[in-house]
Amino acid sequence: MRFVRHLPVTALAAAIAISGHAQAQTEITVATVNNNDMVIMQSLTEVFEKAHPNITLDWVVLEENVLRQRMTTDIATGGGQFDVMTIGTYEVPIWAERGWLTPLDELPDDYNVDDLLASVRDGLSYDETLHALPFYAESSMMYYRKDLFEEAGIEMSEQPTWEEVREWASELHGTQDGLAGICLRGKPGWGENIAVVSTLVNTYGGRWFDEEWNPEINSEAWVNAVQFYVDLLNDYGPPGASSNGFNENLALFSRGNCAMWVDATSAAGKLYDGNESSVSDSLGFAPAPVAKTPKGSHWLWSWALAIPASSEKQEAALEFITWATSEEYVELVGDTEGWTNVPPGTRESTYANKQYIEAAPFAGFVLEAIKNADPTDSTLEPSPYTGVQFVGIPEFQSIGTRVGQTIAAALTGDTTVEQALDRAQRATERTMQRAGYTD
Amino acid sequence: MNRPLASGRTVGGLRGLSLQAPAVTLLLLWMIVPLGMTLWFSFQRYNLLMPGMDGFAGLENYQYLVTDPALWTAMGNTLLLVGWVLAISVIGGTLLAVLFQQDFAGRGIARVLVISPFFVMPTVSALVWKNMMMHPSNGVLAWLFESVGLPAVDWFSSLPLTSIVIIVAWQWLPFALLILLTAMQSLDEDQVEAARMDGAGPVAIFFFITLPHLKRAISVVVMIEMIFLLTIFAEIFVTTSGGPGLATTNLAYLIYIRALLDFDVGTASAGGVIAIILANIVAIFLVRMVAKNLED
Repeated sequence: MRFVRHLPVTALAAAIAISGHAQAQTEITVATVNNNDMVIMQSLTEVFEKAHPNITLDWVVLEENVLRQRMTTDIATGGGQFDVMTIGTYEVPIWAERGWLTPLDELPDDYNVDDLLASVRDGLSYDETLHALPFYAESSMMYYRKDLFEEAGIEMSEQPTWEEVREWASELHGTQDGLAGICLRGKPGWGENIAVVSTLVNTYGGRWFDEEWNPEINSEAWVNAVQFYVDLLNDYGPPGASSNGFNENLALFSRGNCAMWVDATSAAGKLYDGNESSVSDSLGFAPAPVAKTPKGSHWLWSWALAIPASSEKQEAALEFITWATSEEYVELVGDTEGWTNVPPGTRESTYANKQYIEAAPFAGFVLEAIKNADPTDSTLEPSPYTGVQFVGIPEFQSIGTRVGQTIAAALTGDTTVEQALDRAQRATERTMQRAGYTD
Repeated sequence: MNRPLASGRTVGGLRGLSLQAPAVTLLLLWMIVPLGMTLWFSFQRYNLLMPGMDGFAGLENYQYLVTDPALWTAMGNTLLLVGWVLAISVIGGTLLAVLFQQDFAGRGIARVLVISPFFVMPTVSALVWKNMMMHPSNGVLAWLFESVGLPAVDWFSSLPLTSIVIIVAWQWLPFALLILLTAMQSLDEDQVEAARMDGAGPVAIFFFITLPHLKRAISVVVMIEMIFLLTIFAEIFVTTSGGPGLATTNLAYLIYIRALLDFDVGTASAGGVIAIILANIVAIFLVRMVAKNLED
């Protein structure tokens, strides 16, 4: 009897205790990409929560394209689902301009903001103010198989050209069972094949738009660059090249199916890790190849953590993003996951760290490539946009996706390169007219 | 003939209306609200990435869409996809239904197995086909081709639409089979017996007895499948992303591109309205056909 009478009181007390507990706790929702480095970050949740007992983390980890859709619809409609978003150098200035991101002008003193690499920091700033903190940054470079090059008696040049790459690919292609001379991204998408094609076009002297925003996609430089790309992959590429993106090529190269591969510097850690790659002993590095001009021959990209202005938990979110992009975090990953797995390309201090330099001989290359990639001056002739492998305007997602599709169609031989580029040019002209850039 | 009339009178009038009202209102809202919003958005200039440019656009979205060559390619692909999958599943389904109606050892298990593809989720089956069946270097089909000395086919880049048709047909053939097999079971055995005694061969029995008997079931299959096939999306999204070029972009995928890759809600809604019109044109023909069949 007594027990029963006390039951409601006990329940009430318990409810009060629970709600009191919940009030002290702030739960922040972090949206991030399912890339290796971010998965490591997620696995370190406990470390963060232990150090910040009043914050708990709720993760939304998705594939890049799906994540981008969810975040864009959320932020554009002021949904406020997420407190921390993982976005790239493409989105940051555009979203910051619309006032969708919280400016990060008041960072804690121990964050050491001057330690961030200048080119990366510039890419994440709008109006001279940081709007996102870099989680990792990458440029592009060439990976090759030293053993195969030695066997064939080829010497890698200090700054290879695309013409040389073609010759080497023709020599090495098929010398072993299932060995392709070269692997490149062929999967359509502005973050996939367009990244590689853009750098190729840049170094062939082309540009996306002239200074009046007229598209130049069927210009001679584009035709030459894309024709070269299509011929190279069809003659010396792996089978099914048009469906290979970054991850597919990473798998191919680490299984030993490619003699050369030009792609993101962030692959270096994985290729160099003997557990994940069978070519770690014979892995060679070289700068991304050039053609007519070295300008814009390698890209600059960074994944960064930003706080949407619609978030109601600004303080907790700031605490999290300063933790995940700090020197302390780099060391934490180095100690727990191994130094080849630390997020690269964001801080000078990472590259001054002896443990990192020792574990990752590619570090110097990567740092060099990131430092001399200049998004504000990436084309031979002047252009009105910033970005090496993208154009920093909101319309570019759709333009890039569509051009990526037509180039993939040229790669599979559905259309000729000229037809594909003419089609891309017309579609882009329509988009630009509709958006009011041109009449 | 008199009975329905009488029962109609008892629940008719105000009472009947008030009883029907909640259900009908709910259904109406269920349909009208999304449709109305789609129509409204289709006349708006509304791009998520460009706040401040909103406003009434008139027919601009439609004009932009109709002058886009991609729309007509997508329409063509939609009709091709629907047509081929219907042809394969109806013809294949009828033949298989006749086959599985025969008595043979293990028929029960065989029936379950042949129907099971229908219960696999579209995304899962697309992934299985993409990575385990049609993959040019480690797929089963590549291995089969190579074992008889043929070069492996890179399905999704050299025969994109055919590949999608194969995947979708693989999923929907069991559905057709399921419906037609049940219809077969209601076929009067005496009739078949009588025909056989009159000297009809198996082919004649199929064409003059089985097929006419299945006519209704076939029209039901055609109608139901059509509704689902017009909006095929997952298989395309997972395997080809509408490419290469626009080779596998159907209307549903085109709307997805406009809405969630371009974030152009206005044009996407206009595309949605066009899709509704297309579906209705197709449905009118179908409803007529089915209605005629049911009257006979």
